[in-house]
Amino acid sequence: MPETPSPRLPEPDRPWMMRTYAGHSDAKRSNELYRRNLEKGQTGLSVAFDLPTQTGYDPDHELARGEVGKVGVSIAHAGDMRTLLDGIPLDQMNTSMTINATAAWLLALYVVAAEEHGIAAAKLQGTTQNDILKEYLSRGTYSFPPGPSMRLIADTIAYTVENVPKWNPINICSYHLQEAGATPVQEIAYAISNAIAVLDAVRDRVPQELMGSVFGRISFFVNAGVRFVEEHAKLRAMSELWDELGRDRYDVQDEKHRRFRYGVQVNSLGLTEAQPENNVYRIALEALAVTLGRNVRARAIQLPAWNEALGLPRPWDQQWSLRLQQVLAYETDLLEYPDVFEGSKVMEGLVADLVGGARQEMARVAELGGAVEAVDYMKAALVESHRERWRRIESGEHTVVGMNRFTSTEPSPLTADADGGILVVDPAVEAERREALQRWRAERDQPAVDSALRELARVAQTDDENIMPATIAAARAGATTGEWAQTLREVFGEYRAPTGVGEAAAVPSEDVSELRDEVERVSEALGRRMKFLVGKPGLDGHSNGAEQIAVRARDAGMDVVYEGIRLTPAQIAGSAAQEGVHVVGLSILSGSHAELIPSVIQALNDAGAGDIPVVVGGIIPEADAAALREAGVAAVYTPKDWDLNRMMRDIIGLVADQLDDSGAGHLGEAGRRAAGMPEGVDTAAPA
Amino acid sequence: MSAAPADAEQLGARLRERDLTAAPSVLNLVESRGEAARAQTAALLAAVSPAALGGEAPAHIVGVTGPPGVGKSTLLSRLAAEWRRRDRTVAVLAVDPSSRRSGGALLGDRARIERDPDDMGLFIRSSATGDRLGGLAPATRAAAAALAVAFDVVVIETVGVGQSETEVVDVADTVAVVVQPGSGDVLQFLKSGIMEIPDVLVVNKTDLGASAVRARADLGAALRSLGPTAADTAVVAVSSLSPGSGIAELVDTLDEHRAALDLPARRLRGRRRHALADFTAEHGQRGLRALGGRREAERWLATQDPSSDVATLQRALEERCA
Repeated sequence: MPETPSPRLPEPDRPWMMRTYAGHSDAKRSNELYRRNLEKGQTGLSVAFDLPTQTGYDPDHELARGEVGKVGVSIAHAGDMRTLLDGIPLDQMNTSMTINATAAWLLALYVVAAEEHGIAAAKLQGTTQNDILKEYLSRGTYSFPPGPSMRLIADTIAYTVENVPKWNPINICSYHLQEAGATPVQEIAYAISNAIAVLDAVRDRVPQELMGSVFGRISFFVNAGVRFVEEHAKLRAMSELWDELGRDRYDVQDEKHRRFRYGVQVNSLGLTEAQPENNVYRIALEALAVTLGRNVRARAIQLPAWNEALGLPRPWDQQWSLRLQQVLAYETDLLEYPDVFEGSKVMEGLVADLVGGARQEMARVAELGGAVEAVDYMKAALVESHRERWRRIESGEHTVVGMNRFTSTEPSPLTADADGGILVVDPAVEAERREALQRWRAERDQPAVDSALRELARVAQTDDENIMPATIAAARAGATTGEWAQTLREVFGEYRAPTGVGEAAAVPSEDVSELRDEVERVSEALGRRMKFLVGKPGLDGHSNGAEQIAVRARDAGMDVVYEGIRLTPAQIAGSAAQEGVHVVGLSILSGSHAELIPSVIQALNDAGAGDIPVVVGGIIPEADAAALREAGVAAVYTPKDWDLNRMMRDIIGLVADQLDDSGAGHLGEAGRRAAGMPEGVDTAAPA
Repeated sequence: MSAAPADAEQLGARLRERDLTAAPSVLNLVESRGEAARAQTAALLAAVSPAALGGEAPAHIVGVTGPPGVGKSTLLSRLAAEWRRRDRTVAVLAVDPSSRRSGGALLGDRARIERDPDDMGLFIRSSATGDRLGGLAPATRAAAAALAVAFDVVVIETVGVGQSETEVVDVADTVAVVVQPGSGDVLQFLKSGIMEIPDVLVVNKTDLGASAVRARADLGAALRSLGPTAADTAVVAVSSLSPGSGIAELVDTLDEHRAALDLPARRLRGRRRHALADFTAEHGQRGLRALGGRREAERWLATQDPSSDVATLQRALEERCA
């Protein structure tokens, strides 16, 4: 045996940056939360914005209703940003902002807030997520069509590379692809293809000699699931492909510029509502996936809270997750060694497999014309993978402890608190924010704002001018988030992303055979095929659940109307009435169910379709579920209702009940009334 | 329940008065299959027939068809907006294929049609083809005939490349086939006669640039080479990506086709084919009903001798339904 040198590093590594994805209500409350988090040993900030801010609407816009301050902080203008960052040393802080469609705007607000403190843009460190393709594919907070969106991204990159050089202008997100059901191969391939689309767009807008720096500023935001060995291999595969891409496609000479840099939020998709305490173990194992091997260790980590499948986590829940990072970094010996996987045959083999698979998938995307052109293809592939994953859970092939196996449990003391173990945002916040915005508008120099927005529109209409200077000027003048976005919407137009459900493969017949018989029987009695509207009201763009429901309902034999995300209650009610559906299913994951669901029910009544039964799915605490049932919702489903076939059986039953009640086909009270028919048009002709 | 033709006549009267709020009930009725509903549908169609109206229904019935992914629904969204801008009311009947296995369907095209929920002048209804071949849902013809009395424009949107969705030609006054640049298969289908020659050929996605110009030229040349009838086909280039281009020209072109058309002759031909298609379908459906429906029939077949040939099985089915 040859003598081996000490396996330890001469000096332990410095820990990664520790963050907590946080923010709620308004700037003041979030600022207090950030200061407390920093006192606890958090080393960077990760700002969660609410959905109106993310999609470019002011708190007083119709689409913002029920969403203001809900999943993050509401930031409407430079004054809000100033309050948010009050007392935080911006020349030392590293701030990550989960912001995409409106990234250019929030970056401008950040630059202006720093400027007010006399801190030069060149000193600022942080990240704007700024990745639009994954918004089309998974997360849903896009605003503009693909072309103009890619231009905004290219503009922010071109601007920061020269003016805010320590900023990461984009975080290419593979995170949300996994949340949407991506396999490791898909996660790698689509993320790198996405990066290629971005880099190609920037190449047209910066001098060639800057491309090395541009490449070096591109970072990734990845996911890590509980299969942590393979997940670690995935990161090594990405690192390999990234290095090769820089060298071969963009001629990046400096090796440092080609280094694969990423931050991480570990998997939320696999967290369960059943026995939620088990999630702590899952999160810990997932954290190992991104820290174990030194060569591809994460630069920044934020961990979800144990109770994410129940609702919004409280500060204590987030503290518990931060402590996990601290135990890993400061108590274990993790940081004392070089890469522990180097030379591992298993790891090499896994990486080679993943690289090979990813290359094939990247070639398909390239054949379709690149990631922007291939959005439809990738979306359909993700919906399909997610469907397959769910099928394996339902069939028991894939074990989820506490959910489809080992389900008997003692009552959990963790969820026994009065608030059920989650954060509830004060419903008064929305009204406060609306009033504060009115004051802001009344006190600002309106002609200066008008002129700044006119200039913004002019620049947007050009092909080659960078959007950032006009955006920063509008921020300084006091324009609002909604005004900035509306100006661009008028120039760029709006966009609806593909739903991806049309191409999803059917589940095996034997799994849904009984359901099909039921649907046939009920349809026969109805006189026409049972028709189901799946709707996503409000700004929440997390459509993965709604998509799986739509696909399963089709497989059960229903005609399914699914229109994608971001619909107003009036739009959903209008569709339900025009389409003559027999039942409506609504999905909301942002926690705004208490406001939005009653609005949809009201709108259905207004549209004369109040007799159509409504079911709701989402992250809905039991107290809220009771209130929704009180308001007329027929059934409420939460993540613990993972058996889709059982849900389908309920829904078919609801429609059948209506038949029994009326003793006739369900034409709809409205339909009959409007048609002047007391009964019977839709009458079944029972055989 | 008693079938009350009076109700259907009342619906017909509302359509004749151009009461657009009748549309959902009309669709619920014509899509229903029971005996009572069928009697009422017949009564409704009689109430809006050329005989009752003293002429053809006034709407322009437009068929919009093309292969998946060509951007039909985005184009339709632009078209609907343009028609509304010209103050015309629009009903869209969007037809999606059903799954052969489950009988269910995902009706997704609504998703891309932008609309104001307060605008009563735009009605969208999605339906599935069910068992039926030919590209239309079982009730599409009846729905188009009824809505054509109340709306200014009735659009029938179907998916396909011109092979199986032949029925739309019988129902629509004007058929527009949508293709995108680089779709050589359409040229082949046209030349070989697999695809019927459309009234208007729309080249979408012209934002793709030079290839779109080439596609338009290629299609024009191909059509001319097919003889005088095909040479009349208008080729329009559009882009439905924001802000859109060529949409107003497309509407003008559709209008011109309709103005030059012998409408009564085309509608008459359509009604005769409609009757024949319904007759054919009804005979098949009646047989299936006698067997207790498709799934029941499949189950019964599964109990038969696995070595039976098709002719034997068919004879057995005939005997069973007799």
